[in-house]
Amino acid sequence: MNENLFASFMIPVMLGVPITTLIIMFPTMLFPTPNRLINNRMIAIQQWLTKLTSKQLMITHSPKGQAWSLMLISLFLFIASTNLLGMLPHSFTPTTQLSMNLGMAIPLWAGTVFIGFRNKTKMSLAHLLPLGTPTFLIPMLVMIETTSLFIQPLALAVRLTANITAGHLLLHLIGSATLALMNISLFTALITFIILTLLIILEFAVALIQAYVFTLLVSLYLQDNT
Amino acid sequence: TVLVVPVEKKLMDVKIKDLPNWILTQDFTPKGTIRAFQRGYYQYDNKYVNINKGSTLGVSMVLEADVLFNYCVSYKELKHEQLRKNH
Repeated sequence: MNENLFASFMIPVMLGVPITTLIIMFPTMLFPTPNRLINNRMIAIQQWLTKLTSKQLMITHSPKGQAWSLMLISLFLFIASTNLLGMLPHSFTPTTQLSMNLGMAIPLWAGTVFIGFRNKTKMSLAHLLPLGTPTFLIPMLVMIETTSLFIQPLALAVRLTANITAGHLLLHLIGSATLALMNISLFTALITFIILTLLIILEFAVALIQAYVFTLLVSLYLQDNT
Repeated sequence: TVLVVPVEKKLMDVKIKDLPNWILTQDFTPKGTIRAFQRGYYQYDNKYVNINKGSTLGVSMVLEADVLFNYCVSYKELKHEQLRKNH
């Protein structure tokens, strides 16, 4: 059973060739480009959702920060669509792989830090020290703030990986528990099935929320540094 | 003299015994491959998704094809979980 649990997180291989690139590119097929002023229903719904999220995310930024809106909205759409597609049976979710999430988190975080360093050097260095600290605490606090700065990309990546992986694992476990309990006691199996349904609803929410949190935090780091 | 221009035949018009020859006349450059994918994408899009009273049918057909595809890819690991050995 242990091998089966983690089998869905292994890289899918077709005829000896890993097809991860194809799977990562698949969500792009679900977002067609709007060609006209008034489009079909699918594109209209996507446009409405994109406007909603972009207003929500980018309204607190200065104009310099709003230059990042294309990057952040496409990041949000990518993570949300990849996580939601992972809810389909037997599918492979690329965001469960730590390598991919690190590859997304580190460049974006580094971009915000470097922009801050280059344009407002004093301001970004001043962020390392909170206001109103007693003088004798300053050295220690600077070290703590530096550590917390460098842990930001790690936290971004690991948060996304852990949430999605844990959710999928839990669904697998409770699903197989329901199947195993059906022969032993039908009533317990029913309760487990209700737990499974609730978990599925939670998973859909988590998929969207994680995308939002990732993008929100990147935008926060951007705000600090613009 | 009459100059004969080779006509590009569509797949539905090719007879089965001509199939290997037809495959050889296809464009295998990167640009040609991209054009072929775009043709296929827009054929599906215009027939099932970009319609007047669209519903979720167009997209859900793609998602179900995706489920089947992932099932086929992971069949080897799933074979161990069969409830009975011989169906």
